[in-house]
Amino acid sequence: MSPVDASIRGHRLRAIELLPWLIAIGGYFGFGDYLTLGSQILIMILFALSLDLVLGYAGIVTLGHSAFFGAGAYAAGIYAAYVTGEPLSGLLIAALTAALIGWISGFVILRTQGLALLMLTLAVTALLAEAANKASFITGGADGLQGVDIDPIFGVFRFDLFGRTAYLYCLAVLFLTWLFARRLVHSSFGRSLVGIRENAARMHAIGSPVRRRLLTVYTISAALAGIAGALLAQTTQFVGLTVLGFQRSGEILIMLVFGGIGRLYGAFVGASLYMIAQDQLAKMDPEFWYFWIGLLLVLLVMFARGGILGLIDRLLGR
Amino acid sequence: MTPALETIGLHKRFGALTVANDIHFRLEAGARHALIGPNGAGKTTFVNLITGRLPPSAGRILLGGEDITALPQAARVRRGLGRTFQINTLFRGLSVLENVCLAVSERAGIGGDMLWRFGARRAALEYGYALLERLRIADDAARLVKELPYGKQRLVEIAIALGLQPSVLLLDEPAAGVPAAESAIILDVIERLPSDIAVLIIEHDMELVFRFARRITVLVQGSVLIEGTPAEIAADARVREVYLGEGHHA
Amino acid sequence: MEALTSILFHGLAYAMILYIVSVGLSVTMGLMGFVNLAHGVFAMAGGYVTVILMNRYAVPFALALAIAFVALALLSVILERTLYARLYGASELDQVLFTIGLIFMSVAIVRYLWGPLPQPVHLPHALSGQLDFGFRTFPTYRSFLIAAGFILIALLWLGIERTRFGAQLRAAVDNRRMAESIGIDTRRLFSLAFALGSGLAALGGGLGADILAIYPGYATEYLVYFLMVVAIGGLGSLRGPFIAALLLGFGDTACKYLVPELGAFFVFAAMIVLLLWRPAGLFGRA
Repeated sequence: MSPVDASIRGHRLRAIELLPWLIAIGGYFGFGDYLTLGSQILIMILFALSLDLVLGYAGIVTLGHSAFFGAGAYAAGIYAAYVTGEPLSGLLIAALTAALIGWISGFVILRTQGLALLMLTLAVTALLAEAANKASFITGGADGLQGVDIDPIFGVFRFDLFGRTAYLYCLAVLFLTWLFARRLVHSSFGRSLVGIRENAARMHAIGSPVRRRLLTVYTISAALAGIAGALLAQTTQFVGLTVLGFQRSGEILIMLVFGGIGRLYGAFVGASLYMIAQDQLAKMDPEFWYFWIGLLLVLLVMFARGGILGLIDRLLGR
Repeated sequence: MTPALETIGLHKRFGALTVANDIHFRLEAGARHALIGPNGAGKTTFVNLITGRLPPSAGRILLGGEDITALPQAARVRRGLGRTFQINTLFRGLSVLENVCLAVSERAGIGGDMLWRFGARRAALEYGYALLERLRIADDAARLVKELPYGKQRLVEIAIALGLQPSVLLLDEPAAGVPAAESAIILDVIERLPSDIAVLIIEHDMELVFRFARRITVLVQGSVLIEGTPAEIAADARVREVYLGEGHHA
Repeated sequence: MEALTSILFHGLAYAMILYIVSVGLSVTMGLMGFVNLAHGVFAMAGGYVTVILMNRYAVPFALALAIAFVALALLSVILERTLYARLYGASELDQVLFTIGLIFMSVAIVRYLWGPLPQPVHLPHALSGQLDFGFRTFPTYRSFLIAAGFILIALLWLGIERTRFGAQLRAAVDNRRMAESIGIDTRRLFSLAFALGSGLAALGGGLGADILAIYPGYATEYLVYFLMVVAIGGLGSLRGPFIAALLLGFGDTACKYLVPELGAFFVFAAMIVLLLWRPAGLFGRA
């Protein structure tokens, strides 16, 4: 096969890419009591996917992605609590809010790099966390936002106590955003992001509008993270301060890195395993969960840098 | 006729140090022009000024008659200005084909396309592959650049620049440090470049220069010493002094 | 007027603590270019050691601080030699991930050992209460902090200016390769600087227990402040972070005092603006 054909082939949908969806749909029938956890996993996959676009593909090291997740969560929550409980418009509002914050902060901070950039991403999420804390008259402050009542989807599908509707809702949203993300990653735009990550100087020298591309992916990623946050708000009917801040950013970074960055599916693998492990193990020993995660992270950096998917690649001899 | 590239009084100063001294330069369409001079003469600086990597202290740069002095790097490239780097500046973790394809896509204006347009992407890949065939590295199309020997990486460097379909091509010591086999290919490629591209080549290898160039500019300490045909340059006493003088001090 | 002197006073005490904790980070980041997000862990650990020794083992304040300094300096050398040293050439992402891993581990350990609540701080009797300065009174402990801070900083700056170690450190921060080529063992220098910086951080954590509460969230909650001091001050600089700490200390205290509804919001915004204006820091090298 010519390299050109091989390259085109690489962009086409492979059978194995349907596997996560088969598992997810099977899960609906098989997970039983665990559907709520299932929804949480789907939400975290979306969040991790959004981070992968920025970190894995564009190479922007950020500790502030929770800013967009939290912005989306609060936007959707406040929308539902004060305006209307219609969920789909809530998703849209959340996406737009997060995208706006992403665009403004990106415009301002993406001109820096290295430590300054890292610092600024952290400062942005800390700033939003402080704002959410202080504006307690609208966000509920440290107690969290209550009264997030969600109407039935399309007026028909009510959110039930077993989490069935929530699960399918999250699954549908994740599927659609995955279609978009996959298309983006395989497009020329996505390839140019990889180019920027590999050698930004050369991208400038071939006429690529580097800053504009980075700002675009940052904004898109913010919107997706915002949608994930909105899903959390809508399915749990609550928004707490923990949707923002360093801890939340750190955790999603860990989930993504465990799965493997820059591979699109690292988000799926990493988030699923992390959430399932956390559910099982944290029950036994809640305090030491973070210890083991920290240890695994240190070991990963030393020995298994590509994450789980990277390990699989190595085992398969790729 | 409008020159393909022209600089008028191009000047660059770093404090008290002048690295480009009021340079007037013309590159005609279809030119085969060489820029030579001793080390530290400011040849690469001159190229950096033209491409926009370095802002000038004074002077103007015209590309095909259009003033591009205020334009950023990427804009100049889109108007047909291509260059190679003295030190390989490649996408080392990507395949050779991918390296070239990035340039081809940008030139074709599809670099920012988020939708998957089968036709456009395939066309870009095929154009890139054809380029690799011309440079005789098509066999390595799928290999990662970091796995290639230096000489072949140098060819990829040129391939990327060609992928931009430039009207003006600036080659910064393309054959430097390259073993004989690959440098023969490089010379061959340079000689067979389309005649409508204006080519400026920086080189130290005098044999290459005299074989390739129809006009030569000699740069010494940021100033143009002399410009003329190869015969005129070879005969000029000052040029001999600059090079022989270097030899005496060595 | 009363409010202004309060703000200046408390802001200065806060700035002292921020600087003492952060200066080590500035030097080690400037020297090795290593993104050490776990620096706050040393401050946290120093705080815990000091407070636990005082509360449970009735160790005198000064001795507890000294033990904290030495213990954390030693621990940092062990960590540096065994773990950090392997990642000096690693990518920024790897360094970030590694240090986050350290943070998570130490936070879990601390929570396991001493619980999730802030440790009660019992100031030594001699340093509690109020001190009468004539025109008004200030809390004794804060006054002590300011005085102790000035002394520590003076010792540090003198040490860097006057000792051979200091001279070598300055040379290596300025141009590591040059320093190595004239025979300075930068690896050993870095270990020492890392130990000193971590020890100082521990000292700052112990001294500042009154201002920055000692609880498991210490390393993550205050991380952004320490990083801001270093980023705005400039990597590898000694004076830069001092100015940054003053700005941050005064600014944060002023805001919390005058506009409590905004809290730290304004300070974060101001810091963002400052970093954009000077991405390399006020005194950093571009």
